[in-house]
Amino acid sequence: MEAKEFKVRWVMAIDIDKCTGCGACMVACQAENNLAPVEDASFKLRVMNWLVVYELSNKQPFPDHDIAYLPRPCMQCGNPPCVSVCPVIATDKNEEGGIVSQVTPRCIGCRYCMAACPYHARYFNWFDPSWPEGMEKVLTPDVSVRPRGVVEKCTFCHHRFMQAKDKAIVEGRDPEALNDGDYVTSCAEACPNGAIVFGDVNNPDHAVYELARSQYACRLLERLHADPQVYYISRREWVRRQLDNYLENEQVKG
Amino acid sequence: MEKNYSLPADHDLFPEGVQRCSLMKFMGWLGFVGIFALWGLYAAFRVLSNGLGETAMDDYFGFGLWITFDLAVIALGAGAFFTGLLRYILNIDPLKNIINLTVIVGFICYSGAMLILVLDIGQPIRAWFGYWHANVHSMLTEVIFCITCYCIVLIIEYIPLIFEQKQLNRIPLLRHIAHNLHVMMPLFAGIGAFLSTFHQGSLGGMYGVLFARPYVYREGFFVWPWTFFLFVISAVASGPVFTVLIATIMEKFGGKKLVSWEIKSLMGKIAGAMLFVYLIFKFADTYAWINNVLPAAGLTFDQNFYSTIYGQWLLWTELGLCGVIPCIILLTPSLRNTPSLFYTAAVLDCIGITINRYVFTVQALAMPVMPFDSWETYNPNWAEWGACALILAYGAIVLSLSYRYLPVFPQERKLNATKA
Repeated sequence: MEAKEFKVRWVMAIDIDKCTGCGACMVACQAENNLAPVEDASFKLRVMNWLVVYELSNKQPFPDHDIAYLPRPCMQCGNPPCVSVCPVIATDKNEEGGIVSQVTPRCIGCRYCMAACPYHARYFNWFDPSWPEGMEKVLTPDVSVRPRGVVEKCTFCHHRFMQAKDKAIVEGRDPEALNDGDYVTSCAEACPNGAIVFGDVNNPDHAVYELARSQYACRLLERLHADPQVYYISRREWVRRQLDNYLENEQVKG
Repeated sequence: MEKNYSLPADHDLFPEGVQRCSLMKFMGWLGFVGIFALWGLYAAFRVLSNGLGETAMDDYFGFGLWITFDLAVIALGAGAFFTGLLRYILNIDPLKNIINLTVIVGFICYSGAMLILVLDIGQPIRAWFGYWHANVHSMLTEVIFCITCYCIVLIIEYIPLIFEQKQLNRIPLLRHIAHNLHVMMPLFAGIGAFLSTFHQGSLGGMYGVLFARPYVYREGFFVWPWTFFLFVISAVASGPVFTVLIATIMEKFGGKKLVSWEIKSLMGKIAGAMLFVYLIFKFADTYAWINNVLPAAGLTFDQNFYSTIYGQWLLWTELGLCGVIPCIILLTPSLRNTPSLFYTAAVLDCIGITINRYVFTVQALAMPVMPFDSWETYNPNWAEWGACALILAYGAIVLSLSYRYLPVFPQERKLNATKA
């Protein structure tokens, strides 16, 4: 299995040691991407959150107990499990930057992509979307509202990428060589601790270039060869062990 | 001519020389089955009007009871293509006595599966996108093409039987069409075998290519993963005995012998032989899965099972109780020719294949791949059971009408001659 190569590769680097699990990223994502609130939010497996914060535990008794928080957007895999299975090419990885797209008007709602994704990063619209009265006035105009019966997921705020490219064109710059910070996702922007950093991993001028190459950087379920474009950074070995199903006798990197 | 009032009101429509129950009794039966159909229709109406939120599926279990049901009935309906292959291509002549039933059962299974799929996809109106925007890399595309094409083949195979209805057959055009379709049947049997093989295989391949789901992921053989072949062989290992079970249930309901024991035994022998082949590959596959796929994914065998609901008992029941035991019974002449053992083996065989489809569909999704994730459980709700009941009721109605009015069983007259 070979991952597709892109000149620009948008990557998210998340420092787990900086994340406090505050959930600001989830809220920002929800607001930015017009995620409709679900009627019964107690049924967690039907709640629409493109980005979920997981709580990790080292499962040790006090005083050695330790926890970590792991924000999980779509991994925008280089070799996405979801793309090849979609029968109607509703999801694809062709966009420059390596973002996995989701074409809502083409999705037939078969949910095969959800079955393929081990990260549970894809969500199905079980009901017609509806917002509390007045809330429709604050919807993001650049993000389409998805109907019932289709699958959706994090797009790395793709509309912001389009805006950044448009801005660069207007300013006479190369839209394929955006500066660090020209294009950031809403979760990265909202993170109070700066735990989420976003940029082009192929560009040495971007902060993620170094972060992704850190000895403490690793990716979720890396051994499955999906080649995610989200890097997690943690100096804690037990955290890194939990990211990739390390067997007991295996040496964790970093 | 004086009318015989002791005969059912619709006796003129019956096949030549057979007896059927009274029309009132038959209508009562259809009414009973119709209750389940109405329940299913109500569920279908709710799902289509309110969306899949009416079901118990969620973002973990995008595939649930319906897909399990689909995979199971399609496997069990494999008697149609496999028996057709044996009868028309390999010229195993005695199978002509059960081929009509296999075609009807196959038609019910495939058309029923398609009806379920209409409910199962979130955007039924876009179902045709599978053809228009076909992704040639997706196993599901192959499934979409093969299931629809094979369903058409089954309709073509069913038509001559309908045209052989006593009254319809008096119309020269219909008689000629039926005759000519019969002449061409080996061609359709061949096409059907080809399409259904790929369809069964693609259903297995669908799971085998999920490389990020170690519970179902398998290495490739040519362009297909192992599961492609396992699904094909398991289908032909269960389809023939499923047809026999259907015939036996019809015999119990109608109080008549419809298929001779020799034919049933032959079908059992065929299924047993295929089950033997399947089990060899399945055990080898399980061994390779435990020792190659799982360690590569950083998982151990025990991590793939959870509590009672997704416990190892499912695996051992599938392979042992519903695999090895029916295989031994079906392949041993003395055991196979003991009706109680034969039917037990047939039921176990069908249950085993259903468990296999269930674990591939549900357990595969329940099993957490991310180490910090947790097992989730799934319990289908009334709407999902209702839709399945609709298909079962639909099958019962089609079978009942076919049995009453069409010459389905060539042996029926002879087997019941003394009784009459």
